[in-house]
Amino acid sequence: MIKSLDPRVTREQIDIDNQIAPLKDLDQWETYEVFHQKKRGDQHMHVGIVHAPNAEMALLFGKEQFGRRGVSVNIWVVRTADVFTSDYDDSDIFETVPEKQYREAAGYKVMEKINKYKKQNK
Amino acid sequence: MYGNAYIDPNEKPKSIIDGEDPIKLAEFEARIARGEKIEPKDWMPREYRKQLIRMIEQHAHSEIIGALPEGTWITRAPGFKRKLALMAKVQDEVGHAQLLYSAAETLGKSREAMINDLITGKSKYSNVFNYPAFTWADACIIAWLIDAGAIINQVANAKGSYGPYCRALDRICTEESFHLKYGHDNVVTLATGTPTQRKMVQEALNRWWPPIMHFFGPSDKISNHTEILMRWKVKMATNDDMRQQFLNMYVPKIWDLGLTVPDANLKKNEETGKWEYTEPDWDEFKRVINGDGPCNAERLAVRRMAEERGRWVREALHTPKSTYVVPLA
Repeated sequence: MIKSLDPRVTREQIDIDNQIAPLKDLDQWETYEVFHQKKRGDQHMHVGIVHAPNAEMALLFGKEQFGRRGVSVNIWVVRTADVFTSDYDDSDIFETVPEKQYREAAGYKVMEKINKYKKQNK
Repeated sequence: MYGNAYIDPNEKPKSIIDGEDPIKLAEFEARIARGEKIEPKDWMPREYRKQLIRMIEQHAHSEIIGALPEGTWITRAPGFKRKLALMAKVQDEVGHAQLLYSAAETLGKSREAMINDLITGKSKYSNVFNYPAFTWADACIIAWLIDAGAIINQVANAKGSYGPYCRALDRICTEESFHLKYGHDNVVTLATGTPTQRKMVQEALNRWWPPIMHFFGPSDKISNHTEILMRWKVKMATNDDMRQQFLNMYVPKIWDLGLTVPDANLKKNEETGKWEYTEPDWDEFKRVINGDGPCNAERLAVRRMAEERGRWVREALHTPKSTYVVPLA
């Protein structure tokens, strides 16, 4: 093996065979879902998760992980365990009648009627 | 910064869809064929889950270990601006590891389990990081050409089928574009500088060329297995295709700077449009990826040191009441 170039090895003189006890469950804490607002006036959007021991630390890690390029003005975090979700297996709950034009602006065409009325009453 | 998932060529080939529910499998494949993404709680074949965990985990490890050879140059980076930029790049790489660990976690393997597999040497990471960065020019070549290779792989994989991995890669690719420009700028500075600087960057390129050619992995054996993984959009391009794409994009840029590539056989065959090159030493590749490279032992030792020295902080912050829930997306 070549002589190490890593100051962590050369100055700290760490043992190359430094076996350690394995990480225990929850060593990395639980996860928080992170939402950020890119600029004032935008919606907050889900951007990912961080591992953190509490909400304050989650905010700190969230800022570092998702806001370090200055693309955020505000961050929310919420424990993953506290998010109630629908199931992709239950996607049929979003199924509905195929024709829903009555809910859309495009479903209403008044100009034809107005023009017809104007023509008849000229 | 990552090439391609290393799949052990000695792994026993078996039918990877044995025992899967044919109706669910058909629905799953139809969803992918329609271009829809698979999300964490969807039904998926066992092999799809297994291969993705392995691939995303290796990718995450590569980011975190990849920060080490460059990290050693932060204290010696020439000039304040380059020092700032290199710190930002190294922080990005560690951030990428976190994004990728999260994506792998959604498939059911905890971050603790992944880190344990890394520090005991059970999991692989990209082979290039088992080589040392001897000079500042080595760090520049890594930032330019290794990141360039990583972008080619990551852009391809971002079009894959697993939602959380694709979302992580989209974010990663945006950040890598800064790494690439930063690396190119550094190499150009050296290549257009004094004779000593030119010599330094040429020598670094000579050292890094073999690992760069190894970066995308050996030619894929075209097997039933690979075919299914490509149909499931787990593997997006063959190793050779990605290597060709890399050569096509970057060899002309290297030659532009008047640098030479240390392979006398490297040339583009104008008839086939393919690059011809000396076959890389795949025995060395196998030897290094299995642990016997110049830096394998120290990379893992540094990682174990970091885990061990941070442990009391993590334990002090531990909240006894917390429970682990797999992240959502």
